[in-house]
Amino acid sequence: MQFVSFEFLLLIALTLLLYYTLPKKKQWWVLLAASYVFYFFAGAECLLFILYTTAVTYLFGVWMQRRADAENAYIEGQRDLLSKEERKGYRAKEKKKRFRILVLGLFLGFGMLAILKYTAFVLSGFNRFGADLSVPDLLLPLGISFYTFQSMGYLIDVYRGRGRAEKNPLRLALFVSFFPQLLQGPISRFGDLAPQLYAEHSFDKSNLTAGLSRVVWGYFKKLVVADTAMIAVKSIVMGSYEGSYVFFLTILYSIVIYGDFTGGIDITIGVSEMLGIRLRENFDRPFSSRSTKEFWNRWHITMGTWFTDYVYYPLSVCKPMQRFSKWSRVHLGNTVGKHLPVYLATIVTWFLTGLWHGAGWNFIVWGLLNCFIILASRALQPLWDLWHKRAPRISASRPWAIWQATRTFLLMGLVRSLDCYANVPKTFRLWGTMLTRWNVGELLSGGILRLGLDAADWCVIVLGVAVMFAVSQFSKTEPLRYRLNKRPVLWTLAITLGVIVILLFGSYGIGYNAGDFIYTQF
Amino acid sequence: MKKKQIACLCILLVGGMLVWLAGLLVTPKYMSENREGALIAEYYNETTPHDVLFLGDCEVYESFTPPTLWEQYGITSYIRGTPQQLVWQSYYLLKDTLKTETPKAVVFNVYAMRYGEPQNEAYNRITLDGMRWSGAKLGAIHASMTEEETVISYVLPLLRYHSRWKELTEEDVRYLIKRETVSHNGYLMQKGVRPMEVTLGGVPLDDPDLPERAWEYLEKMRLLCAEKGIQLILIKSPTNFWGYHWYDEWEEQISSYAKEKNLSYYNFIPLAEEIGIDWSRDTYDGGAHLNVYGAEKLTAYFGKILQEKFGIADRRSDAALVAVWNEKLDRYYRERNGE
Repeated sequence: MQFVSFEFLLLIALTLLLYYTLPKKKQWWVLLAASYVFYFFAGAECLLFILYTTAVTYLFGVWMQRRADAENAYIEGQRDLLSKEERKGYRAKEKKKRFRILVLGLFLGFGMLAILKYTAFVLSGFNRFGADLSVPDLLLPLGISFYTFQSMGYLIDVYRGRGRAEKNPLRLALFVSFFPQLLQGPISRFGDLAPQLYAEHSFDKSNLTAGLSRVVWGYFKKLVVADTAMIAVKSIVMGSYEGSYVFFLTILYSIVIYGDFTGGIDITIGVSEMLGIRLRENFDRPFSSRSTKEFWNRWHITMGTWFTDYVYYPLSVCKPMQRFSKWSRVHLGNTVGKHLPVYLATIVTWFLTGLWHGAGWNFIVWGLLNCFIILASRALQPLWDLWHKRAPRISASRPWAIWQATRTFLLMGLVRSLDCYANVPKTFRLWGTMLTRWNVGELLSGGILRLGLDAADWCVIVLGVAVMFAVSQFSKTEPLRYRLNKRPVLWTLAITLGVIVILLFGSYGIGYNAGDFIYTQF
Repeated sequence: MKKKQIACLCILLVGGMLVWLAGLLVTPKYMSENREGALIAEYYNETTPHDVLFLGDCEVYESFTPPTLWEQYGITSYIRGTPQQLVWQSYYLLKDTLKTETPKAVVFNVYAMRYGEPQNEAYNRITLDGMRWSGAKLGAIHASMTEEETVISYVLPLLRYHSRWKELTEEDVRYLIKRETVSHNGYLMQKGVRPMEVTLGGVPLDDPDLPERAWEYLEKMRLLCAEKGIQLILIKSPTNFWGYHWYDEWEEQISSYAKEKNLSYYNFIPLAEEIGIDWSRDTYDGGAHLNVYGAEKLTAYFGKILQEKFGIADRRSDAALVAVWNEKLDRYYRERNGE
C-alpha cells in the first residue's frame, strides 16, 4: 500500500473513524491493526521480517530489563551488607552481562538488515576481484531500515536505563510497526512515541484540521512539485547529459528530494497529528543552512540524532577510543591527537550513514564526502574565525548569509547527485564536464523542453517551488497550518484549493510511478 | 459561528463542483480525433428499439451499416462496438443493453475470442468510459482492468485524465456537456480507399487454444441470450489481414462450439468473393477493415440472412420508426456523399 493510493486514504479514514468511536482503551489496538493491515498490503511476504524484528526487540528488551531489575533488587536487599566498592563492582559486572545481551540483540536485529540489504553488494564486490559467487536476489522488506533502527535504538535505551522495557508484546509491536512512519520515518524514540501511542486520545478538531492541512501540503509537495520535476531528473540521468545539465540536475534533484522526502514526512506527521500523536520534526528549513554541519542539523534530523546518540557519542567515549586518543597524543602530538578520535568517530559515523542509505559505493562515497566537508570546515575553523574578525560587517550581512546558504545548497546538491547517477566514476566524470563543457546556451534555448517536460510543466514546478518558499517564510514564527486553524473559512478554502491543485496538476496515475517515495528504497 | 459553518460548506460544495467540472473538461471528447471513443455513449441517445444488436471490436463497427440494413430490409439495428472490445466487455455491454430493450438477435464477432487477459488501458477506457453507471459497468471495469488501473479512476475521470489540462482545446469546452453524433447507429463511416496489397498469412501460434476466460464469457453471453429468448449469431468479418489473422485452429474451435451449442456461425472470410468484396476498392487501410463500400456490400448480404433465416422483421410499416430512420438515412447519405 503506498501513500499515494486510494487504499491508503481509505485506511486513514477507517482508522480515524474506529479510533475516535471505539472505547479509548481500544485505541492503540486500532493503531496496531491498521499498522499490520498497511504492512500486509504493502507487502504480505515482508510480514515475517517485521515480526522477527519485533520479537527480537521485545525479548531482548525484557531480558535486559529483568537483569536490571534483579540487579537493583539485589543491591537494595544487600545495601547494608555490601561496601560501596562491592556494590560498584557488582553493578559493573551486571552491566557487562547486560551489554553482552544488548550486543546479541543488536547482532540479531542489525544482522537481518545486513543480510537482506548488503549480501548482494558484498558478494558482487568479491566477484569483481575474481570470485565466482552466486549473488542471491533477496527481498528487501519495505521500511526495514527505518523500523530496524528505531527498534535497535529502543534496545540501547533500555540498556542505558533511559526507559523501562515494554512488557506487553503487542504494545511493543505497535511501536515497531506504527504505520504512518513505517516507510520513511521519522525515526522515533520509545520514550517520545510510546506514551502517546498507548495513551487515550479524545477527539480534538484542531488536531484533525491541522493534521489534514499537513497531509494535503505533503501531497502537494510530493505530487505537484517533486514527481513532476523527477521526470526531468530521470531524463538528464538516463540521457547522460553533460556540462550545464549536470549543474541543473544538482538544483533540480535538490528540489525533488526535498519535495519528495518532506512531503512524505508531512503526510506521516499529519496523519499522526490527526490521531493526536506528535512525531518529531524531521526537517527544519534545511535550505536556509549556511554550512554543511548546520544542514545536517536541519535535514533528516531524526536520522542524524540517531547516529549521533547511538554511534558517534558512544564511539567517541568508548574505552578503545580513549586509549587511541592517549596513544595519538603521545605519538602524534597534542594537536593531532586531540582531534584524531573525533575525526575517526565522524568518519565511521558517516560511513555507516552512507551505508544505511543504500548498498552501493555511491552511497558510501556520498557519506564520506559529507564527512570530508564537515571535517574540512572544522579544520579550517580558525581561518573562518579570522575572516569574521577581519570583516565583521560583511560576514554579518544578509548578502553574505545568502551566499553561504546558496553555497551550501549547491554543495549538498552536488554531493547528492551521487544518488542520481548511482555510479561513482561516472558521477565524478560528469562533475568534471561542468567545467569542461559549457552548454548553458543549449539548455536555455530549448534544451530544457527536451527533458520530458513542456513549458506548462515547468510553470507548475516554478510556481510550486514559489508556493513552498512562501509557506516556509510564513511559517517562520508559527506553522501556517496552526494560523489557518484559527480561521475555519480560510482553512476550508486552502484545503479545497489544495486538493483541486493536487488532483489537476499532480503527477500520479497511469504513466507515473508517483507512488514511489525516494526514501522508501532505504 | 453558524455563518462560518455555512461559508465552509459553500466552499466545499463549490470545490466539489469544480472537481466535477474539471473532470468533465479534461475527459477526452472524441469529436475529431479517436472518434471511436464516442461510440458507446451515443447508444443512450436512441429513442427507438432495435431488433438486432451487434457486439464486438473494430471488425464489427467497420463492417456493418445499420442504415443499409434498414434501407434494404427494414431491420432496426445498433452496433455497440469499440476497438479491441474484449469478450467480457461485449458480455457486459449486452447486459447493459438488456436493461432497456430486448433485441431479437445478437450478432457477435468472434475475433475477440483470442484475448483471455486485460490488454490495453486506452482501449478499456474507450469501451468503458461511455457506459452509464450500473452493475454492468462495474462488472466490466473489474473484468477489464489492467494492473495499473483503479476503479476510482473510472468513478472520478479527473484522476485519469488530469494531465490533459495542458492539452485542452476549444473542442473540450464546446463539447463539455453535449456531444455531436459521430456514428450511424454505431457504424463509424470510413470512405477512404487503400487497396490490400500484402496477403501474408499469420505468424505461427505459440498456443492454438482460445483462452478459457474468453470461452467463459462467450458461454455467459449464450446463456443470457437463451434466457431472454434472443438468437445469438456468431460471425467472423471477411477481413483477414496479416496483422489480424484468423487462424484455422481458432476457426475449428469456434465451429465446434457453435455446432455443440446449436448456434449459427458465419465466417465471411471465404465468402468475401460471394459477397462481392473487392479488396482493391472496399478497404480503407489495406485490408484490415472494410470501408463504407465494402460494409454496405456485407450488410446487404447479411441482411438477407437475418431476414430469411432468422426471421428478423421488416419494420417499414411502422410510421414512427420510418420517421426516425429516414432522418438517420438522410444523415448517413449526407456524410457518404460528402455534404
